[in-house]
Amino acid sequence: MSTAPTQAGSAPPTRNAPSRIGRSAVLAGGLVALLAAIVASIAVGAESVPLGQIWPALTDFDPLSGDHLVVRDIRVPRTLLGIAVGAALAVAGALIQTLSRNPLAEPGILGVTHGAGFALTLGAALGLAGTALGELGLGVAGAVLATVLVYAVGRHSTLRLLLAGVALSAVLQGVSLGVRLTSPDTLDKYRFWSVGSLAGREQTDLTIPLVAIALALVGALLVARSLNAVALGETVAHTLGANVARVRTVTLVLITVLAGAATAVAGPILFVGLIVPHLLRRLTVGSVPWLVTLSMIVGPILMLAADTISRVVLHTGEVPVAIVTAFLGGPMLIWVVRRYGAGSL
Amino acid sequence: MTTTESPKRTAQVRVPVRGRAWWIERRTLGVVVGCAVAMLVLGFVGLSFGSSWSTPGEVLGALTGTQPSVVIVEWRGPRVVAAILFGAALGVAGAIFQNLTRNPMGSPDIIGLDAGAYTGALLVMTVFTGATTTVAFGSVVGGLLTAALVYALSRSGGLSGMRLVVIGIAVNAMVTALNNWLVLRAELEVAMAAVGWNSGSLNGIDWDDLILPFSVIAVLLALASLRAQALHQSALGDAVAVATGVGLERQRLLMVFIGVGCTATVTSVAGPVAFIALAAPQIGRRLARAPGVPLLPAALCGAVLLQLADLIAQMLLAPVSLPVGVVTTAIGGCYLIWLLAQEVRRR
Amino acid sequence: MTARLRAQDVTLAYGERVVSTRLSLDVPDGGFTAVVGPNGCGKSTLLRAFVRLLRPDAGTVALDGRSVSSFPAKALARELAFLPQDPLAPEGIKVRQLVSRGRYPHQSLLALWTKEDEQAVSEAMITAEVEDFAERPVAELSGGQRQRVWVAMVLAQRTPYLLLDEPTSFLDITHQYRLLALLSRLRDEGRTVIAVLHDINQACRFADHLVAMKDGRVVAEGAAADIVDAALIKDVFDLPSVITPDPVSGTPMVVPE
Repeated sequence: MSTAPTQAGSAPPTRNAPSRIGRSAVLAGGLVALLAAIVASIAVGAESVPLGQIWPALTDFDPLSGDHLVVRDIRVPRTLLGIAVGAALAVAGALIQTLSRNPLAEPGILGVTHGAGFALTLGAALGLAGTALGELGLGVAGAVLATVLVYAVGRHSTLRLLLAGVALSAVLQGVSLGVRLTSPDTLDKYRFWSVGSLAGREQTDLTIPLVAIALALVGALLVARSLNAVALGETVAHTLGANVARVRTVTLVLITVLAGAATAVAGPILFVGLIVPHLLRRLTVGSVPWLVTLSMIVGPILMLAADTISRVVLHTGEVPVAIVTAFLGGPMLIWVVRRYGAGSL
Repeated sequence: MTTTESPKRTAQVRVPVRGRAWWIERRTLGVVVGCAVAMLVLGFVGLSFGSSWSTPGEVLGALTGTQPSVVIVEWRGPRVVAAILFGAALGVAGAIFQNLTRNPMGSPDIIGLDAGAYTGALLVMTVFTGATTTVAFGSVVGGLLTAALVYALSRSGGLSGMRLVVIGIAVNAMVTALNNWLVLRAELEVAMAAVGWNSGSLNGIDWDDLILPFSVIAVLLALASLRAQALHQSALGDAVAVATGVGLERQRLLMVFIGVGCTATVTSVAGPVAFIALAAPQIGRRLARAPGVPLLPAALCGAVLLQLADLIAQMLLAPVSLPVGVVTTAIGGCYLIWLLAQEVRRR
Repeated sequence: MTARLRAQDVTLAYGERVVSTRLSLDVPDGGFTAVVGPNGCGKSTLLRAFVRLLRPDAGTVALDGRSVSSFPAKALARELAFLPQDPLAPEGIKVRQLVSRGRYPHQSLLALWTKEDEQAVSEAMITAEVEDFAERPVAELSGGQRQRVWVAMVLAQRTPYLLLDEPTSFLDITHQYRLLALLSRLRDEGRTVIAVLHDINQACRFADHLVAMKDGRVVAEGAAADIVDAALIKDVFDLPSVITPDPVSGTPMVVPE
């Protein structure tokens, strides 16, 4: 292969091992950054809301104030959505990477989000996707099918897993294409949905997906401790007393709920599940609970930042957030691979 | 050292050529003959099928010139030839990429060709509102630029299959996001036309459309067959390949060039046709029971597969002709499911 | 002692990681040279530099006075054959097909087989004792048999030089000794053999020229009887030991304390 040495996980980190202080500092810093991101997400946009108006809008609502309306009816729901989707995708990515011991796995790349998307398109064409619950169900079902397929075919090696994900995404997109070609309506509706975006969802009923995501996040925290053992490999995990099969099933369920719900409500968004755990990996070596916790904070930061950018980057209107994440995540992935080699991801 | 009589080689056929010999695996020969027969049969069916079925007599008459028929020669003929030619080109491109990435799931899509071609086509359709030939040109430029970008980014220090795939995924994601956005901003009719283009179709191809692609693909395939042995030698791993005299860097560049060239040429005429490049080499390999991913069975299976897909595309919802890309995608889906079943059985 | 193959003042590095600086080594013609040393000392790196798998950052590797990088690829492959540590057999390949791949450097563009090609393959299979499974898939063979098939492939190349990187790694003890005996026979027939061996005692017993490396440099080289003593072993392997004559061959045998 290439003449560069691979450091596949066997090289110890060159800095000191992550200390409690380091992680706690990041946690605290992360919370502060999250707060800043939330404020920015509420304030920035086509109509900027002066910072001084945000708190009154939340506490002392004045129905006649344009700013207050924007904050309450548009920005806050969108921010909540951004937090939920960001957390869901980041944690789903962290879980997949831990479970498959594969640093390149993420719901987008593996086609899981495309699976959810495909199920939703099919459901829309068949008239099943009317209700929020229905959409959630379709999204999760699609995510499950995609996960099972990709995992089964691509189990053996990282390369195979990635390529299986690529192939699956292509199939799903192709078949959705066939479905959409038969009816311009579905095509029209789909082309707006097919680019992940947080815009325009404020009117839909968000309670069900948000609750599902919240529950799954709690579940992720609970299973994180057991994942510590499983991350060391099946045989070792067994000897440490972890019930590998059960942990794996629970984790897969959580992944599909998180990815499925996030996609059902916001459309396919790539790379969040890849970037966030990757950024945090060096810091959280050996501790899955820390990885999950920090992902739940950094994910929303990334998502809100991307969403805010998406609102202001073009003068003529919004750019769907999935495009922003693609253009943020893509170059980053390329840079990492070129700098550190494909083996050390 | 004594000269020894080698044990009888029953699995191979010896073709003497001027004092030397050419050894062909018996099974490969069988596959070649079988595929050739299949191509002829399917070709015949393709020439016969249409809004009204032609009898074999009419087809033969049209081919020999005794009973000229515009329909058979001018309309159906190019389509049949295109299916064979493009199928073979895609099969070879797929085999090349599977050899390069040393993985059965490699294909030209990973280098961003299809997504880039779509971008080129979309830009022509939405921003420049161009005609069909301009779209073709745009798609070739878009595809080649994207592939060049992926290749250049993944090059440093020698081509690593894994790195190529990861960078391909990243670039693909960005380009696809761009494409989705372009589709979003377009008028509905343009969007529908663009989406239709992206499905790949052999509708409406005539002989003029084929002249240039035929020449390009013929040259590329000839090049590929000359370099096939080096490609197969590379399957032994970089170290052994270099140690037995394969000029690895140059070989890889050439093969990528051929693979990209074949795919871009097909895409420029028919749009992106999915999955032939992925499935044909593997099917060919299994039929020929050959080591690695051999080029010849891949080409032949690709041709047969595309012919079959095109026939299905025409017949399924007759008189409406589906885009052949939709059928090949369905084939791809079945192929993945079949792979899944194999994995489950292997457990 | 003549040496056609020589490394002259080479600096070898993988990207930023420098393995050897200004290393020089002459490979004695017609001998069996064993390169020994602890993990990561640069043995494999040196071998790869010899066969042009790694370009030296400085210095040259020369064959007959010509830098190896100036040879056309196939021409060099007709002089030097290399067996890496973990070679990759394509899925489904049969023994005969794999051994035949060793003839690649001798074949023209059209891949026509000459009588010489066919003889080379048959002889290689017989010498490596794998002719009985000529038509079987390589994947079905045991580790030892598979390694012999790879050796056969390298033999089919019919080169004056054979370079092998830890050829005994995955073999059980019987096959290790059979392989080493085979390499000795090949040396007797006039070929030059260079092997990285991880077992110092096997190296002492079979090789006539030993090269001990540590941290990318050559610490000592020469006949085993001349250079192997407790001080060398302590220096190279950081292992206190006693050196005693091997009861079978009389060559130095290292016994750790």
